[in-house]
Amino acid sequence: MDFEYNEEQQLLADSVKRFIEKDYSFEARKKIVASDAGASEAVWSTLAEMGLLALPLPTAHGGFGGGAVDLMGVMDALGAGLLVEPYLPTVMAARAVMLAGNAAQQAALLPAVAEGKKKLAFAQTEAHARYDLDQVQLQAESSGAGWTLNGEKRVVIGAPLADQLIVSARTAQGISLFIVDANAAGVHMQTYRTVDELRAADVQFKGVKLPADALLGQSGAALPIIEAVVDFATALICAEAIGAMRSANDATLEYIKTRKQFGQPIGAFQALQHRMVDMVISWEQARSMACLACVKVDTETNPNERQRLVSAAKIRIADAARHVSQESIQLHGGMGMTEEMKVSHTFRRLSMIVQQFGDADFHLERFASAA
Amino acid sequence: MDLNYSTEELAFRDEVRGWLNANLPADLRDKMSEHAHLSKDDLLRWHRILAKKGWVAPAWPEEWGGPGWNVVQRFLFEEECGYAGAPPLVPFGLAMCAPVLLRFGTEAQKKKFLPGIYHGEVFWCQGYSEPGSGSDLASLKTRAVREGDHYVVNGQKIWTTLAHYADWIFCLVRTDSTSAVRQEGISFLLIDMKTPGITVRPLILMDGSHEVNEVFFENVKVPAENLVFEEGKGWTVAKYLLGFERLNTGRVGVSKRELVKLKSFAAKQMRNGRSLMDDVRFRDKVSRVEVELMALELTNLRFLDEMRRTGQPPGADVSMLKIKGTEIQQALTELMVQAVGPMAQPFKAMQGAFDAEAAFTASLMPRYCSTRKTTIYAGSNEIQRNIISKMTLGL
Ligand SMILES: Cc1cc2nc3c(=O)[nH]c(=O)nc-3n(C[C@H](O)[C@H](O)[C@H](O)COP(=O)(O)OP(=O)(O)OC[C@H]3O[C@@H](n4cnc5c(N)ncnc54)[C@H](O)[C@@H]3O)c2cc1C
Repeated sequence: MDFEYNEEQQLLADSVKRFIEKDYSFEARKKIVASDAGASEAVWSTLAEMGLLALPLPTAHGGFGGGAVDLMGVMDALGAGLLVEPYLPTVMAARAVMLAGNAAQQAALLPAVAEGKKKLAFAQTEAHARYDLDQVQLQAESSGAGWTLNGEKRVVIGAPLADQLIVSARTAQGISLFIVDANAAGVHMQTYRTVDELRAADVQFKGVKLPADALLGQSGAALPIIEAVVDFATALICAEAIGAMRSANDATLEYIKTRKQFGQPIGAFQALQHRMVDMVISWEQARSMACLACVKVDTETNPNERQRLVSAAKIRIADAARHVSQESIQLHGGMGMTEEMKVSHTFRRLSMIVQQFGDADFHLERFASAA
Repeated sequence: MDLNYSTEELAFRDEVRGWLNANLPADLRDKMSEHAHLSKDDLLRWHRILAKKGWVAPAWPEEWGGPGWNVVQRFLFEEECGYAGAPPLVPFGLAMCAPVLLRFGTEAQKKKFLPGIYHGEVFWCQGYSEPGSGSDLASLKTRAVREGDHYVVNGQKIWTTLAHYADWIFCLVRTDSTSAVRQEGISFLLIDMKTPGITVRPLILMDGSHEVNEVFFENVKVPAENLVFEEGKGWTVAKYLLGFERLNTGRVGVSKRELVKLKSFAAKQMRNGRSLMDDVRFRDKVSRVEVELMALELTNLRFLDEMRRTGQPPGADVSMLKIKGTEIQQALTELMVQAVGPMAQPFKAMQGAFDAEAAFTASLMPRYCSTRKTTIYAGSNEIQRNIISKMTLGL
């Protein structure tokens, strides 16, 4: 048994943590969020220089062949810093290319991603699909040698910044994945900010013409790939949530130690001490489950068992994220409600993580039915 | 035991309901239903419609324009307004400053201020909290020094709701910093917001809204006639207000309306051809909140009945209604966010959105964020529990 990171993982986690502390302060992040693009090219280059973009990619295409456990410390640090750059969407989309793409497709995309020259987004969610990955209505018709896409995707995180989208679509054979240039004719985006300050878009595909080699893998065979990608991403946001929750807990602990009312620090009131303790317990429990999710997406070969355990982790993380985020605001009193306090931003990110890739109810169902 | 309203009470409720139906402007109803921002004009428009009808100040005595309703009628009225989706009546003038003036004010103060409050001509805000004095209000530091026929005020208030709309502010200020008991050096002062030396600075909340402010006082001259009750007796005034018959603290009507909205919205959310309201996991959560709300309404009525019987103000019971009422409000916003699922993420509805419901769905997550304030303001729920444990349980 060994719950520790190995030396390389620890070194990387430390260097990302240092980067966040030094160059991605809350003030620096504010400026990025307020900028037109809502993300920083300089930060993106730094992520590439630190090897974070290459880390999860295959060695044959400029990557380091890392898995979720290798990314855990990274996601933890990015979660604490509330990174708004589209790291997760790029990792997800690149993973789909890695799992389903042929050598030419991988060579065309992955080295550029590793070098920080390309950003990707994973376009999966549709209007009435909720969290079900098999609910795909967007149509891909085979036309001549290629394909034509018609339909809509919703809340595609990172889409406004992406060079290419990896899009799930339904062909005559079933659910499939396609590589689509973000600026291809017929792709229309309604872009906006999410509650947690990410850039996203609703994307319309109107007769988008694709060449034959835009199809990733076999037509109709993409569902297991999508499931693997989303499980991988779910494990990563579990790790991200651990960093975000630690940040909320640290801020709250510091606040109740220093904020004085009735002539003493409010942390001297037992009513608040117990609340703070419960927040820490929530975090510890969640942390253990984040380890489980990351290890299992790397090693579990039975997809059913992998889904069951990722769901178990996501249930615990969703409950903990909800608990810790709500309590962190409450214990800050009025200050917690304000835009100027980082904790209110962490609250929003954690509130999103509660539901991202499925809320606790969704995963409870998947957990029970996978057993 | 009979849990039903009397025939007369039901007739009163129907009258209110009918009138609201006919007189609540559709645009205000829509704004409320979409959780849209209400402008000062919106708030005042509704205030004036009610004032014209004679219903704007249910708790005031008849000589000052109150309708002469008993406690049950007042409760019913507020619940019906909430349930109909009427804009809230801003409480600072009608339900805070006015009761204080009616109880402690001089005839001249009543004559000067009450009509403006009644007719919605003068907008009030509440200046209690300070950066260092939230839950521990009695530690407040804003100083008022008597110089001849006026006070000179220096200090800072914070969290002042709608100070940017306000014409006047009622403040707790320290007039004596030497008294051994902190509460004894506090006075209740009415201040014209146009007085030189007052600066209002916005504080933006996490849903992006501007509703609260910081208010700074620098050598602000306030005529001594604006002191309410005696100098150094401001705490008595403030305590009276806290114990004032806040029958609607639980906001049952508003929550009932949100519950209806939640159910109809969730029923339309489809998954695999099945409605979310047919998903037992989700439906049970909605039912639980509904049962909590029933319990709150009945508890509220039970307290009301007791009050009617004994003639005593509700005291610490109000704290219970505040705790449960705000927990229910928060639970409802949370279930709304859960119902909308992945579509909760956009921060603001975008122009020309693909989805007709985008404005509504995009309001849900900011509303969830904003509603976190309800367990913090008006005496945090921790402080309410302290009150119950001290006053009711003697701990
Ligand atoms: C949206 C909003 C609108 C407001 N509007 C107004 C307004 O119009 N006018 C006005 O005067 N004020 C207003 N307030 C201020 C509000 O009354 C205060 O925020 C509230 O009293 C809490 O004070 P605080 O924010 O300083 O928190 P603190 O008092 O610092 O409390 C921080 C945390 O400690 C807890 N705590 C404190 N003391 C104890 C204790 N003894 N035991 C256990 N727990 C304790 C609190 O419950 C809270 O969780 C508003 C606040 C908000 C958020």
